[in-house]
Amino acid sequence: MGKEIKCHVCESSATVHLTQIIGSKIHKVNLCEECAQRLGVMDPGGLSVADLVEKGLVSIPGEELPSAPTDQSCSNCGYTVAQLNKTGRLGCSDCYSALESEIHPMLERMHSGTEHVGKVPLKVLSRTQKRRKVDKLSKELQLAIYEERYEDAAQLRDELKTLKEEESPVA
Amino acid sequence: MNIHEILDKPFLPEDAGVTPTDVVITSRVRLARNLSDFAFPGRATSAQKREVLSRCQAAVLKLSEMKGGSFHEMDALSKLEKQVLVERHLVSRELCEADRAGIAISEDLSSSIMVNEEDHLRMQVLLPGFSLDKTWEAMTEIDTHLEDSLDFAFSDQLGYLTACPTNLGTGLRASMMLHLPGLVMANQMEKVVRAVNQLGIAVRGLYGESSEASGSLFQISNQQTLGEEEATIITRLNNVLETIIEHETNARLKLVETSRERIFDKIGRAFGILQNGHLLSSNESMNSLSLVRLGLDLGLLPLKHRTLLDQLFIESQPGHVQIAAGREISPDERDRHRATQIRNAFRKLPLLDFNKIKEPSPTES
Repeated sequence: MGKEIKCHVCESSATVHLTQIIGSKIHKVNLCEECAQRLGVMDPGGLSVADLVEKGLVSIPGEELPSAPTDQSCSNCGYTVAQLNKTGRLGCSDCYSALESEIHPMLERMHSGTEHVGKVPLKVLSRTQKRRKVDKLSKELQLAIYEERYEDAAQLRDELKTLKEEESPVA
Repeated sequence: MNIHEILDKPFLPEDAGVTPTDVVITSRVRLARNLSDFAFPGRATSAQKREVLSRCQAAVLKLSEMKGGSFHEMDALSKLEKQVLVERHLVSRELCEADRAGIAISEDLSSSIMVNEEDHLRMQVLLPGFSLDKTWEAMTEIDTHLEDSLDFAFSDQLGYLTACPTNLGTGLRASMMLHLPGLVMANQMEKVVRAVNQLGIAVRGLYGESSEASGSLFQISNQQTLGEEEATIITRLNNVLETIIEHETNARLKLVETSRERIFDKIGRAFGILQNGHLLSSNESMNSLSLVRLGLDLGLLPLKHRTLLDQLFIESQPGHVQIAAGREISPDERDRHRATQIRNAFRKLPLLDFNKIKEPSPTES
C-alpha cells in the first residue's frame, strides 16, 4: 500500500498503530515493535497514549473529533456532553434522557445489557401497578357506557375516582 | 456512639454469625442511590448538598438497623479519624474530600451509609467470611426501609440513576476481600486476574483501585451493574470465588508438597520478625502477617488466633498506628509504634508448631 509508516520514536518501520480518544481529541501513534515494548504499550491496561504524549516520548498533534456534538446539554442542570466526556460522570438524573444518544453506546460497552431488570423501589412498583389498574378500569368504563350498562359505569367511575385520589394526595 | 467508641471496636464484628475463612476475609455489598429532586453531588450547589445531607441524615437515623449507631459530618472529624475510617473500609477516600459529606455507622460497624460521596447515598454492609448472600439480604432490607422516607432517582428503563454510568441499574457492587498467598507465591495471580476479568469481574488490592496488593490481600468485585438482576450478579461472583478458592487451595497444597522447607522458612522468619521486630514498615508487617496467617491455615497455629491476625492487618495501617499512639507521628516513629503493638499482640500467640502441618482442607471455605 505504498508509503511506509514510520515509528514516532525511532523512525523505523511501524507495526503498532494506536488510536485513543482523550476528551474530544483523537491521538494516533505509530510505533515499531521494539519501541512499543519499551514504552509498555503491549501491556493491556497499562497503555495510555496520553501518558506517552505527556512524558514527551512521542509528540503528536491531537485532532478534533469529527462532528462531536459538544453543544448538546441537559435542560435541567446544564451539563454538557463535553463535561461528560471529560469527567465520565453526569450532572443529574435528567442527564440520562437529555444526553441519551451519547450515553447509550457507553452503556452498551460497559454493561451486560442496557435495560434494568433488577430491584424496583416499592413506590415505583405500586405506581406502575396503579397506572395499569387505572388504564384497565377506564377501558371497562368506556365499554360499559358503550353498552349502556349505566349502573356498572357509575360503579367503575367511583372506583376510578378513589384510585386517582389515592394517586395524587392533596399536599 | 462517638468516633472513639467506633475506633475502639474490633474491625470485624464477632457476633455476626459468620467468621473469616482461610481464603475469604470479608464480604461486602454496596448500593449507590440518589435522591430524585437533586443534582448529583458533583454538580449540586453547596446549599443543595446541605439539604441532601439533612434529609438523608433524618432518614438514616430512623432505620432500625442504625439503632445505637451514629451519624457524623465529615467536617467534624480530624484527618486521622477519617483515615482510620478509610482503613476500616467504612468510608471512602473520596468522601473525606467531599463537601457537606456525612457518614452513618451501625452499632456493630457492619453497615455504613455515606452521604454526598459520588452519589447522594453510598451504603454498604460488610460481614466476615464468605457471606455475600447474607450481606445482600441485609443491604437490600436497609435500602427498602430507606424508600419509606426518601424518593430515589429511578427510571423504568435504566434502573437506579447514578452519577457515573458504570454504577447504573442496580447500583450494586459486591466484593470480597481474599487472602491469596498461595497464588501469589506460585506466580499465578496474573493468570487469575486475566481469567476473571473476562467474566466482568475486577481484581484490586486491599485499598481499591490504585493500591498494591500488599499482604497478598485482594478484592474481587463485579464491574457490570446494568442488565442483570442483583441475585445473578452475586451468584456469578460466588461461583468465581469458589473457583478461586479451589485454585488457591491447590496452590497451597502444591507449595507444601514441593517446597515445604522454603515455605516453613518464610513463615518462620515472618513470625520472628513480627514477634521480635522493633521497626516495622506497614508493607513489611502486612507481608509478614500474610505469611503467619498462611501458617495458621496450614495448622502451625491454633485456628482461634486467626481473628487476631486479621485484626492486625488493619491495625498496622498508618492511621490506626497513629490513633493508637494518640497523635499524628512521622513514618519513622510509626514503624517503631507498629512494631511495639505487634510485638505485644504476638505475646498472646503460642510458638509455631511445625509438626502440626495439615494439608489445606478444600472443604473449609
